[in-house]
Amino acid sequence: MDTLSYTAILGRILAQFLPVWIALAATFALSFAFRRRLGLYGKLFDSPVGMIGFGIVMFWVFTALFADQIVTFDPYAQFSGMKNKPLGTVLKGAAEGQYSHFLLGGDHLARDVFSRMVMGARSVLSIAPPATLFAFMVGITLGVPAGYFGGRLDTTLSFIANLVLAFPVILLFYLLVTPEIRLTGIPVAMAAVLFLFPILFLTVLLNARFFTDPAKRNLYVGVVLLLGFWAYSGLAFNSDPLGVWRMDPNLLNVFVSVVFVNAPTVFRIVRGIVMDLKARDYVAAGQTRGEGPWYIMLWEILPNARGPLIVDFCLRIGYTTILLGTLGFFGLGVAPDSPDWGSTIDDGRKTLALFPHAAVAPAIALMSLVLGLNLLADGLREESLRD
Amino acid sequence: MADWDPSQPILEIDHLSISFFTRLREIPAVMDFSCTVMPGEAMGLVGESGCGKSTVALAVMRELGKTGRITGGSIRFKGRDLTTMGEEELRQIRGSEIAMIYQEPMASLNPAMKIGAQLAEVPMIHSGMGRAEAWRLARQIVADVRLPDPDRILNSYPHQLSGGQQQRIVIAMALMAKPALLILDEPTTALDVTVEAGIVDLVKDLAEKYGTSMLFISHNLGLVMDVCNRICVMYSGEAVETGNVAEVFDEMRHPYTQALFRSIPLPGADKNARPLISIPGNFPLPHERPQGCNFGPRCSYFQKGRCDAAEVPMVPVPGGDRHGTRCLRWDEIDWTAPPAARAVKEKAEIGPVVLRMEDLKKYYSVSGGAFGGGARKVVKANETLSFEAHEGETLAIVGESGCGKSTFAKVLMGLETATSGSIMLFDENVQSTPIQKRNTDTVSSVQMVFQNPFDTLNPSMTVGRQIIRALEIFKYGKTDAERQARMLELLDLVKLPRAFAERMPRQLSGGQKQRVGIARAFAGGAKVVVADEPVSALDVSVQAAVTDLLMDIQRENRTTLLFISHDLGIVRYLSDRVMVMYLGHVVEMGTTDQVFSPPYHPYTEALLSAVPIADTHVTRKRIVLEGDIPSAMNPPPGCPFQTRCRWKSQVPGGLCDREVPPVQVLEGGHQIKCHLSREVLEKMEPVIKIAAE
Amino acid sequence: MPAFIARRLGLMVLTAFVLTFVVFFLTNLPPNLEKLARSEGSVRMSDEAVASWIVQNGHGGSVFSRYGQWLGVVPGWTATDDKGVARGRCFAAGSDPAAAPRFCGVLQGDWGHSTFFKKPVLPALAGMLGATGWLMLWVMIVMVPSALVIGVVSGMREGSRTDRVLSTFSIASTATPEYVSGVILVALLASPVTGLSPLLAEWGWIEGKTLFLGAASPDNISFWSFTLPVMTIALYGIGYIARMTRASMTEVMTAQYIRTARLKGVSFAQVVLRHALRNALIAPFTVIMLQFPWLLNGVVIVETLFNYKGFGWTLVQAAGNNDINLLLGCSVVAVFVVLVTQLVSDIGYVFLNPRIRLS
Ligand SMILES: Nc1ncnc2c1ncn2[C@@H]1O[C@H](COP(=O)(O)OP(=O)(O)O)[C@@H](O)[C@H]1O
Ligand code: SF4
Ligand code: SF4
Ligand SMILES: [Mg+2]
Repeated sequence: MDTLSYTAILGRILAQFLPVWIALAATFALSFAFRRRLGLYGKLFDSPVGMIGFGIVMFWVFTALFADQIVTFDPYAQFSGMKNKPLGTVLKGAAEGQYSHFLLGGDHLARDVFSRMVMGARSVLSIAPPATLFAFMVGITLGVPAGYFGGRLDTTLSFIANLVLAFPVILLFYLLVTPEIRLTGIPVAMAAVLFLFPILFLTVLLNARFFTDPAKRNLYVGVVLLLGFWAYSGLAFNSDPLGVWRMDPNLLNVFVSVVFVNAPTVFRIVRGIVMDLKARDYVAAGQTRGEGPWYIMLWEILPNARGPLIVDFCLRIGYTTILLGTLGFFGLGVAPDSPDWGSTIDDGRKTLALFPHAAVAPAIALMSLVLGLNLLADGLREESLRD
Repeated sequence: MADWDPSQPILEIDHLSISFFTRLREIPAVMDFSCTVMPGEAMGLVGESGCGKSTVALAVMRELGKTGRITGGSIRFKGRDLTTMGEEELRQIRGSEIAMIYQEPMASLNPAMKIGAQLAEVPMIHSGMGRAEAWRLARQIVADVRLPDPDRILNSYPHQLSGGQQQRIVIAMALMAKPALLILDEPTTALDVTVEAGIVDLVKDLAEKYGTSMLFISHNLGLVMDVCNRICVMYSGEAVETGNVAEVFDEMRHPYTQALFRSIPLPGADKNARPLISIPGNFPLPHERPQGCNFGPRCSYFQKGRCDAAEVPMVPVPGGDRHGTRCLRWDEIDWTAPPAARAVKEKAEIGPVVLRMEDLKKYYSVSGGAFGGGARKVVKANETLSFEAHEGETLAIVGESGCGKSTFAKVLMGLETATSGSIMLFDENVQSTPIQKRNTDTVSSVQMVFQNPFDTLNPSMTVGRQIIRALEIFKYGKTDAERQARMLELLDLVKLPRAFAERMPRQLSGGQKQRVGIARAFAGGAKVVVADEPVSALDVSVQAAVTDLLMDIQRENRTTLLFISHDLGIVRYLSDRVMVMYLGHVVEMGTTDQVFSPPYHPYTEALLSAVPIADTHVTRKRIVLEGDIPSAMNPPPGCPFQTRCRWKSQVPGGLCDREVPPVQVLEGGHQIKCHLSREVLEKMEPVIKIAAE
Repeated sequence: MPAFIARRLGLMVLTAFVLTFVVFFLTNLPPNLEKLARSEGSVRMSDEAVASWIVQNGHGGSVFSRYGQWLGVVPGWTATDDKGVARGRCFAAGSDPAAAPRFCGVLQGDWGHSTFFKKPVLPALAGMLGATGWLMLWVMIVMVPSALVIGVVSGMREGSRTDRVLSTFSIASTATPEYVSGVILVALLASPVTGLSPLLAEWGWIEGKTLFLGAASPDNISFWSFTLPVMTIALYGIGYIARMTRASMTEVMTAQYIRTARLKGVSFAQVVLRHALRNALIAPFTVIMLQFPWLLNGVVIVETLFNYKGFGWTLVQAAGNNDINLLLGCSVVAVFVVLVTQLVSDIGYVFLNPRIRLS
């Protein structure tokens, strides 16, 4: 067996992604067929930019989902003789049923670059979107009242947000994501505060809407509180009695820091939109019929802010991906052999001048995902502004 | 342009068609539009919003954006076809031969450039004038548009001027190169009536002085009558009637023009005896026009098989002054016959006092500087407001921007608390009770209808849901089913199809949204309804329908209606009593007849004279107020109106400059807040005279 | 206006205090101090020994008092260690405490001693800042003009082909963080085995093995060593600023006053230059200023990647080696840069915008 040519490598990689292609084709066919009935998501398929972006993003989402089928080797395993081997190298003494080549070569510890890149998608995509979502929960829960009430509340919250924003992100990471910090329990304390916001948000949301019908309200709020605190106990304090929810302390530290860095920006965006929307007549109409402030904020104003928020959400997932990469690049808060893109780039850069492939593969992967998210956001923005 | 003969039309639009090409479809905005403007003529273009007026104007400028395209016909300016002209040639005509003025003066001026530079630019481009000379010319033109202190103005930025001053600057800019044709697209819509009157006067005088022809676009028939000698009525992308103003107003030959005149409140209309007649149905969207005559589905003279057979051509009306109509049956219709069905309604009984305000004051404290520094200032939004409103009565509150109408509404609703004074609602003092502390009954019995139809409904909630929410909050009904049923009843009440419950607000037209707003206000059986300019953003033909609806519901529920408006026509039409406000003060109050006839408060007099009336039988005395409304932040001492009052000299001893005038009570409880003596007041002449028919 | 600046300055000072305190608190957490004790003392110290080391080196007591000492508003600590030697914040171990000043903190110009550089923090930091200053200067020179040109050109005719090409470039470049673009640039232009360099070397067009250098040093600033680091930082910023400028430009180009200008007969070039540009640049100005904190990130990444011994590199070393004083110094500088740019951005915005300036 010979080392593969570039064409052969490309062909084999494409073949390896087969489950992703099938899933993508199905998604596009279905969405395109029903695009007139799917609201903003459907309109995305009218914009080439948006479609390309969505395609790239979904490519990585499906890659993360089907990573176990796509990888050619165990991403953590080391194979003798494969250290820093170039693209398409044959694996010597491959066992029966084992893949025959290192498609994208080997890294400095003789691991398969391709498999690590694929697995990296999973590790990135399992953190970035939820972390962004939490940041949005925090930003919205604080930004909406700040924009709506204004005054001292707004001044105080804005001051705090600006404080966090005045920290260069890397400095903050160097201070917040360290083994020593984990010893002090600060990340857990931050998690205890930050993870409360989604519960708070949902409770207030449902209460404001259903307080006129106490039976319904008690049911909905009860369910939220029950589920919320169950997850909360597991995620923040690692003490879920059933053991379903848990988060590795390392991961918790990274997660909390990323949420903490992102939330103030979301806060500022939300606050700005709310200040603009609160002057609308339908808000005054709500006030004149005696609605409470939370109903007006969460049911009259917030739904109308969804356009810009969705756009920003996409952009921010991309930004979070970049932040996670930065953390990996500086080796902060990740396990040494983690396949996430940031740390693989960091590993690869030590041998960059001579064996660039180990760093370039994850670099391109990361770039394409962020690019996809940016294009998606652009498409969404364009479509939501139309008519 | 030497080969153009001044006896020829200056602008000749011939069978012009314009379409916008969007991703989904072609939108034919203007079809087969023809019109001719002779030198020195002022042509008025009227029609409801969306009928294509602006599109025609922009086509003359060849400024249709990326999506708009002229799909047929020609536009000849001084004999040259503009539709085929190249960019460079066009550039030389724009600004020098044809100038355009449009609605928002603030938006039309570059915020980062001094006024002088923006003005001087025009002659510098077109006649290669030097900078100094151009500034001199600018100074002269600024004086021409009657702005005080031209040097200061030339050196200021747009935001330092008031709306009226800005519009004068825009006019000055248009006149810098002495164009042959001036296009004005709703130039005064964003301005207050008294300011509008000044601008209209100015435009007329200047056009005469410079011999400029005008294409004057407006939705206001009265304004067109004031300014223009010829008119072109547009409906759904077509010209439907054209001719000289007097002829079209008095002897219209198109059913749409007739319907339009019947739907606007002219003097003599009365909500009970001679109610307005609204045009049934809705304006067709450009891509959903009916077969045959566009007006067919709404026309009361419609004949099946004939009107919907083929496109209707424009035909000349014999004996007219270039009078034309686009109606097949114009010579069969009896144009003098009175309208068929005018449902005369009974006058509602006025009941006991429901709402009483006494010496209500509302002051705001605002920070002085832009950066939060500086001394805090007090803005007196409402100054000693006292009045009563009775059950079943309509009380109109009239005034221009900044006079405190909206503040008053907010205080009444409980969104703000008054600084002092009392508000008695059904014998309960609610003056200092903010809305959160009011009980559900009080809240549901005082409701509000808002001005802007595009803003009044939450865009992301269905119509039905929004009404049901009001019912939930007002604790109506025990089950969802009960509330659902009541919601459907409310839709019936405002004459909307029940299917609308499932619609999103964006699927409704402006008038329909306003109806939903009314249904929502009446959800809790409101006893007092504050309607803040409820129809001013609607087209005239829809205005009548919405106003009538409001009146009907009021009559049925014996509601007290506080009708806030700046449109004196509609106020005279529907109100029982009128309260005129200026800079936070009530300057005059009385029954509608008392307020609309002398003696007037000087401000009311000016206001009445400023409102254009689309009736050739009416003569108005022209009283043009100097300057703009002072800012409420910085009101003049003494009488609030003294900066613009033409009667001031009749008050001895400069009292007006020093003291706030007392309220004089004339016979019949008519109140006027002015220092003028009884004798002077008695001598006032009526502003509006209606010639005998 | 002066009142505004005074208020901003007051807020800035308050922010600076809070931020430095937070940094002080985080760097002086007990586990960090223990780590410091073990690295300064010996790795095999017992827990008691660590505790006493901490106290004897002035790291005991309340965090507020220590912060005050660091600032220079609380008298520096003094102690006598097991061997009877007098130690203190303000003097070298063994010298006479009486001769030393009572206060020695940041306010007195004493930023403490760096364990990593083995010299006082202030001079160490000053040299590094100088090195980074050069890098930043070149980044600004490359980034700002090109970003503004790209933004204005693509925004002035929205939807045109030029716009599409430039917008795609901007989006791609904002999607490429420094550690990605750096890696790719090095692989393409500074690797002896891949990219352009082997080809160029083969054809004999370049002297050395690679086109550009994959490492940079402040002592040797040249086109060949600076191109890659500068491009790496600038690339992300170019995309970001260009997008902001484009958004602002397209908005301005659809404004009514631009139509007014066109209908006055102003030519397209003049419309862009005289009427649109100034209004369109107000928003990006703020963005450029607020870009500084992000540039700081870029600097840290790039200096690490290209082994350029500047401020960013120092920050990484300080954090990696638990050099508390150095890290504090770095933080103060970083926070200061951020706050000053915010102030400049606020004031500049007011200056550029007559609507605010004159009201
Ligand atoms: N840029 C555009 N793209 C698509 N449709 C347009 C555009 N501009 C105007 N229209 C449509 O053309 C019709 C005429 O509009 P307009 O000339 O603005 O009317 P008017 O000035 O009488 O209110 C309307 O139906 C409007 O929706
Ligand atoms: S043509 Fe027929 S439908 Fe049209 S306006 Fe005349 S009568 Fe009415
Ligand atoms: S008090 Fe004097 S200034 Fe005021 S309205 Fe009467 S006459 Fe005019
Ligand atoms: Mg218009």
